[in-house]
Amino acid sequence: MKESKITKVFESLRSQNKKAFIPYIMAGDPSIEKTKELVITLEECGADIVELGVPFTDPLADGPTIQRASERALKNGVTLKSVISLVRDLRTRTKIPLVLMTYYNPVFKYGEERFVNDAKDAGVDGVIIPDLPPDEASSFIRLTKKSDIASIFLLAPTSTEDRIKIVVKASRGFIYYVSMTGITGSQLLLDGSIEKSINNIRRITDKSIAVGFGVSTPEEAEAVSRISDGVIVGSAIVKKVQENSDEGIRDFLLKLREAIK
Amino acid sequence: MTKGYFGQYGGRFVPETLMPALMELEDAYLKSKKDKDFQKELAHLQRTYIGRPTALYYAKRFSELLRGAKVYLKREDLAHTGAHKINNALGQALLAKRLGKKRVIAETGAGQHGVATATGAALVGLDCDVYMGTEDMKRQSLNVFRMRLLGVRVIEVSVGSKTLKDAINESLRDWTTNVRTTHYVLGTVFGPHPFPSMVRDFQSVIGKEARKQILGAEGRLPDYLIACVGGGSNAMGLFHEFLDDAVEMIGVEAGGKGIETGEHAARFAGGSIGVFQGCKTYLLQDDDGNVLGTHSVSAGLDYASIGPQHPYLKDTGRVKYTYATDDEALAAFELLSRKEGIIPALESAHALAEAIKLAPKLSGDKIIIVNLSGRGDKDVQHVAGIKGIEL
Repeated sequence: MKESKITKVFESLRSQNKKAFIPYIMAGDPSIEKTKELVITLEECGADIVELGVPFTDPLADGPTIQRASERALKNGVTLKSVISLVRDLRTRTKIPLVLMTYYNPVFKYGEERFVNDAKDAGVDGVIIPDLPPDEASSFIRLTKKSDIASIFLLAPTSTEDRIKIVVKASRGFIYYVSMTGITGSQLLLDGSIEKSINNIRRITDKSIAVGFGVSTPEEAEAVSRISDGVIVGSAIVKKVQENSDEGIRDFLLKLREAIK
Repeated sequence: MTKGYFGQYGGRFVPETLMPALMELEDAYLKSKKDKDFQKELAHLQRTYIGRPTALYYAKRFSELLRGAKVYLKREDLAHTGAHKINNALGQALLAKRLGKKRVIAETGAGQHGVATATGAALVGLDCDVYMGTEDMKRQSLNVFRMRLLGVRVIEVSVGSKTLKDAINESLRDWTTNVRTTHYVLGTVFGPHPFPSMVRDFQSVIGKEARKQILGAEGRLPDYLIACVGGGSNAMGLFHEFLDDAVEMIGVEAGGKGIETGEHAARFAGGSIGVFQGCKTYLLQDDDGNVLGTHSVSAGLDYASIGPQHPYLKDTGRVKYTYATDDEALAAFELLSRKEGIIPALESAHALAEAIKLAPKLSGDKIIIVNLSGRGDKDVQHVAGIKGIEL
């Protein structure tokens, strides 16, 4: 098993005592061309890893902001296949680690093995599938292990100790801790419960833990970065993209980057 | 078979947040099956509240018109709230109470499951919210008002196709958010394990009664069972008790405006294997794995996917699946109303449409049981609209 590029990013940040900034954007919203530009912008603004959302008709883990972005991307004809092509094109311009966040059915329909091979060839570094718990992912885990693609699984505030062990074992690259019981873009609650949960997970593993769902301001990003190894910001950035002011996006990204330490 | 699977179908494809709740639910459901007090309470309410057993009625005039097999109707339309949905909703409401939940939520298409859950929640004393697509709210406005009368908040779902599948997405999102206090009363044999098995078990009372009743009436088992299949709970409820017997079974999907038009909900005629809303099963989808829009005159069958035990029963050849079009269902709806004085739900009319095709091909000593899964009062306004009549 080769070490994934994502794992190396976290190791390098840890040695510099820094935390990862992981922005999420929906591929193909507002267009594939704009997504390419945005990835470069994200890198220029200090992103360590970029998450690319793959549009799906029934995104049951997502709130209204990402649901609508998904609908717009689908209207543009964007599919899992076209997102893989997008990554291939991007690889001529950037080496920033790219993680696909997709629902399972597009992957299942594409064929798991073909998907892992094509994604690896194109230059995808990791995959997050919110509706594929490790319990149902044995073949996916086996296939990604053979490549250097990181299989990133999620933990939630409701996860029991048994679940934490299962998810920790299956995860490569980092563990995605979902900040709340809820969907993307919900209101974050900074009451100490996230820190407590992360400490629980740390008792079991030294794998890196990034926190996502509901982080929408630089202040929240800073608070979350202090208790984790990385911060994922999705809906708030997708909203800025929708407002479509290049300057506004850049300004927001730089503030987030500065806050995450 | 792997736990939670029917052959290659089933499983538990949900976000991690829900995994512990599903395990807890599975545990509670398995315990309740063996718990004499729970079973006693359920049986008591089935008898005194739902009005079970529902009648098995020999539709003589309907049968004579078809000049073939004898057609019996399992009268789930006579169950309290007017459809089989209450069998499951009440069972899950009792279970939710045992789990210590304060609130239940449900999705609904035709509104029958929403009404049933609202009823179960009122009976047991739980708060209840129901998600319903705005498209379905229009065609089932009577049921929307019924739910409101029962003290339930009906939450409009205006994303996606604005029908049942989107109501399920919203319910899953709500459940993910409020999982600690809320139980999701899924209305059919669908979704993540244990729902497909649990809902089937709560519905299997239909088949258990039908077996006793037909033995009493005819001294033998039937030759055919026919049921409509949306998610597939009334069909599983009838079929399950007869799976080991020499009884042929037919599931009827919604053929909509015809398979060739693409406007239908016949998953076996136009679908393929996929993973959707918690389980691996048949699904109407495009080549990229996105879920296709569906059409049926009946809101309860207007759904892109089907409970995972059905494709298993299809693959093993145990159950045959066919479809009835909107027009065939509407014709059956009117025929039963006129010949028997029973207005069936448009969903159940799909099963009747198949009986209308099959019975004439059989000799007079053959017996068919059709699951009359619900009554048609809720559809009267919609049917009037189709006929261009303003009420």
